[in-house]
Amino acid sequence: MFLRSFIHDVWTIAVKDLHAELRTKEAWNASIAFSVVILLLFSFAFDPSSEQIREFSGGLLWMTYAFAGALVLNRSFARELQNDCLDALIASPVSSPALFVGKALANFALLLAVELVSLPVFVLFYNLPWGTAQVGPMLLVLMLGTWALTVIGTLFSALTVNLRLRELMLPTLVYPMMIPALIAAITVTTNVLDGNPSGLGIRLLAAFDIIFTLLAVVFVDTVLVG
Amino acid sequence: MNALEIADVWKYYGDFPALRAVALTIEPGSTLALLGRNGAGKTTLLRIVAGLSRPSRGSIKIQGADARDEGTRRRIGVLGHGIALYDELSAIENLTLFGRLYNLPAPRKRADEMLERVGLARVRDGLAREFSRGMRQRLAVGRAFLHDPEVLLLDEPFTALDDRAIAVLQSMIKEMRDRGRTIIMSTHQLREALDLASHVALLQRGQIVHTGERTQQMLDDTGWLYRTYGEN
Amino acid sequence: MREKIIIGLAIFAGGLLAWNMNTIFTGLPDELNQGAIYRIIYFHVPANILGMLGFGLGMLLSIGYLVTKDLRYDALAASVTEVSLVFASIGLATGSIWARIIWGVWWAWDVRLTSWLVCWLIFGGYLMLRRAVDEPNQRARFAAVVSILGSVNAYICYESIRWWNTQHPQPVLTIRDGGGMAPGMEAPIYWNVLALACFSVILVMVRMRQEAVANEIDTLRRMAHAQ
Repeated sequence: MFLRSFIHDVWTIAVKDLHAELRTKEAWNASIAFSVVILLLFSFAFDPSSEQIREFSGGLLWMTYAFAGALVLNRSFARELQNDCLDALIASPVSSPALFVGKALANFALLLAVELVSLPVFVLFYNLPWGTAQVGPMLLVLMLGTWALTVIGTLFSALTVNLRLRELMLPTLVYPMMIPALIAAITVTTNVLDGNPSGLGIRLLAAFDIIFTLLAVVFVDTVLVG
Repeated sequence: MNALEIADVWKYYGDFPALRAVALTIEPGSTLALLGRNGAGKTTLLRIVAGLSRPSRGSIKIQGADARDEGTRRRIGVLGHGIALYDELSAIENLTLFGRLYNLPAPRKRADEMLERVGLARVRDGLAREFSRGMRQRLAVGRAFLHDPEVLLLDEPFTALDDRAIAVLQSMIKEMRDRGRTIIMSTHQLREALDLASHVALLQRGQIVHTGERTQQMLDDTGWLYRTYGEN
Repeated sequence: MREKIIIGLAIFAGGLLAWNMNTIFTGLPDELNQGAIYRIIYFHVPANILGMLGFGLGMLLSIGYLVTKDLRYDALAASVTEVSLVFASIGLATGSIWARIIWGVWWAWDVRLTSWLVCWLIFGGYLMLRRAVDEPNQRARFAAVVSILGSVNAYICYESIRWWNTQHPQPVLTIRDGGGMAPGMEAPIYWNVLALACFSVILVMVRMRQEAVANEIDTLRRMAHAQ
């Protein structure tokens, strides 16, 4: 019973966020444009034709995702400030964890879409070898890594939403916290693109995801309700 | 069981008490006008009752249950300063969304009924950001009353409403009152509020200095209450 | 009374530090492989130990605040974390200097250095957050959440980086496995830990006072505006 209403609430919130975002496409457009531009800029900084590019392919990709993702994640709770919608959501029967998970899922979907669009661009620009065997592991690391970014970003979006220096505080707090997940995601991605996926990094990402999802769900009510 | 029991509520911002020892009992079916100057603590108190903030000390019981309870929040309707609607969604989408959030059995149908009630059925598919101010306010009223709440919390509802919106709001409040719902209204607009109110409470610097039934004298001389308690 | 404690501690710690410095600089011989620079370990290790303990203590105090909602826990947590950040800075700086002399690089991306740097960034963010929030209870709430999440994250970070190769020299203290330091050389580390711990108590007490005064000013300002 409780689970059913939780899922119902999560779904309603997630659909609402995606619906609103797809109507305006503000964050979506900005994020895609940003990630393509960054990939392009990186290609000037690092010669894409060299052999060494394979070594930091994972790094380039995830740096791009982390920066482009911030555009989406920042808006997550910030969009509720307009017209005092956040108050209406908190006053409604939706529990804080459901609100959080709903928003996190919407962010996850958006981020994943941005990544899937910029991945082919990346593979093209940098002439990376690509085979069907890599698709599975690549998707797995994308999903686990993106969830890590999403969970941290959404929670801190809730925390910084009412702060006057929100645009500054969100990256300051969020990027250091994402480091363990980014390290794991980068290493696994580089290995996958190189052709030898490793299990260790995936397990670490999964552990990070589980731990921080739990922590976020526990603390989100403290953050939202004064 | 009382509709609302506020017992010894204190709210601190740091060490500064915005609310001090606030105690109030509201019986079901009454309409309370919560009066007070700016900064007296009306919005702070209403936010605590609405479950948006927790008291530093004391307790709030709405129909015997805690304000943050899920069941309680289902029975409360809130109309605050902001209209709490999504600009990118249409009128019908907005109300349907809130219908779903409040677990209504047929959200879309109810949303259509409400749009009819507040006079926005014609523009049901229009985006909220395209509406005029008065239309947005009527939509906000629709949202607050959508799930037929038993306890309504209105924070300065008549402020900056156009005539049509005021009329809609007044008629809906009267309807709720006639159906035995409990209404708490904080306000500056003494005339409209005292007209509808059955009870009155005056907040001064975080403390309740007067509470009781609304009298004819208050209606006739709207400034009486403030003057009696040394405020103008 | 408070002043007496502070002065007493300062004298004791100062004396201990001076005695210890004497031992370190005149009493002990240079180390075989590293030369004179190895003495930096007498500041590097105590600073890191105290910093780590401090961040951990800060996390516990943050949990204390969330449970009791008593602002004194928050004041103590903030003070302890701030002092720990100073120690972390000392640890990073001394580590960097040592690395430059011994390894020829200012920085090395190994487990301990990197995760310590991330820790520094996380708790630097904690202090920045405190500045960004005006209302004391909200500030305490947010800071507590960041402290708890940050501490868990710092631990995960350490574990995650450990799965990669490390360049840090193997542990040399006898309390850890595989120690290899002569007994006479080890004692000054612990004396320094004690001395620096006393100093940190002083710093925390001073900072707590600062926090109390700041809260008082905040309250007075709110009262003035409410008139």
